[in-house]
Amino acid sequence: MTAMTTHDHHGSHNDHGHHHDHGHDHDGAASDLSETELRVRALQTILIEKGYTDPAALDAIVETYETKIGPHIGARIVARAWTDSAFRQALLADASKAAAPFGHEGRVGAHLVAVENTPDRHNMVVCTLCSCYPWDVLGLPPVWYKSFAYRSRTVKEPRAVLREFGVNVPEKSEIRVWDSTAEVRYMVLPERPAGTEGWSEERLAALVTRDSMIGTGLPRTPEGDGA
Amino acid sequence: MNGIHDMGGMDGFGAVHPDENGPVFHGAWEGVVMAASRVMGAIGAWNIDQGRYGIEQLPPHLYLSSYYHRWLARCEWALVKYGYADADEIAAGRSLRPGKAAPRGKFTMANLDRVSSRGSYARPQSAAARFAVGDRVRARNMHPRGHTRLPRYVRGHVGVVERLHGCQVFPDSAAAGEGDNPQWLYTVRFDGRDLWGADADPTLKVSVEAFEPYLDAA
Repeated sequence: MTAMTTHDHHGSHNDHGHHHDHGHDHDGAASDLSETELRVRALQTILIEKGYTDPAALDAIVETYETKIGPHIGARIVARAWTDSAFRQALLADASKAAAPFGHEGRVGAHLVAVENTPDRHNMVVCTLCSCYPWDVLGLPPVWYKSFAYRSRTVKEPRAVLREFGVNVPEKSEIRVWDSTAEVRYMVLPERPAGTEGWSEERLAALVTRDSMIGTGLPRTPEGDGA
Repeated sequence: MNGIHDMGGMDGFGAVHPDENGPVFHGAWEGVVMAASRVMGAIGAWNIDQGRYGIEQLPPHLYLSSYYHRWLARCEWALVKYGYADADEIAAGRSLRPGKAAPRGKFTMANLDRVSSRGSYARPQSAAARFAVGDRVRARNMHPRGHTRLPRYVRGHVGVVERLHGCQVFPDSAAAGEGDNPQWLYTVRFDGRDLWGADADPTLKVSVEAFEPYLDAA
């Protein structure tokens, strides 16, 4: 069984990434998708027939990113930082080292930097040149992170972008945007929501959204109305 | 290169559409393209900068198609460019002759760790760092035809060195197949009004990672 047939249950979806990238829709028809699928089958066949890999390994990579590496890793890191000040200091000093025990199979890649939100500063992460993202702690980036709108506007009008996420940062707060132009990767350490004193790490982790660790969201609140 | 990929500050792409719980892949083929791309990187067929440069060189209308369409086009291009398949095989959809040996051999289940965390780009330092935290630096007004990671929107502007990241692989050299050529890497912070003019958000600060050859003292 090939990687393609294993996952064919997704095949009927439209290519949402395409639509979001453009903001309009001119060639997302089914015939285009099937042509794409033929090309992908060709790519996969060539890699396997030439002995560069095998179907099981391709399947396993897809499964790893669908089920094992995701924002739950980052959420546990944030919850630990909220409850353990020594860990928070270690995370801010060397995030790759501090976060490693939380990573898939105990590993987080090099050059990870955690940046802390405060009442005076709100951090946002972007990659204007491609799609650099701290994927070993947050999983693969969402469609909006890779979209041309997010990549083009975040470095210029971040507050307008934040409003589209329903986030309003106080006018006096600094907005600090980190454009990931090399192999350094950023994750945001959001502020701990009020009203969570005495909560367990596990309960706190459930408040930490993916978007809050990129800076386009805030953690959920105990009342459940987080952005 | 001054390509379509260098999007910081462009207008016209519309609103951002948040999607809190979207699927990882919107169609099985996207996952296969991701996995195939990771495999070819992991076996050393091409490096990350050569891969990025491959995407940047796509004609703009193909670049603007969709994320995984770009990745697919890049894979097809790079297989031929770096000698791992021929164009007639891409067209035929199957292998017509034996493959080239990859630097790191066949990728199997035993190698999954290579694609589940990021590698290190740190390299031994070749010289002392030219700049220190707090130094004012000007991003060079440079427009190389090849691959670079200095975005256009900071070129010519003055910022402040905020952090040093040691010496790392220099993308401009690695993409050209000229080796790692390690260079000091700095986080350089710019004021929003310096980048976007007097009407810009006065609370905005933007940083990029800039390699030493991208910077002059200011």
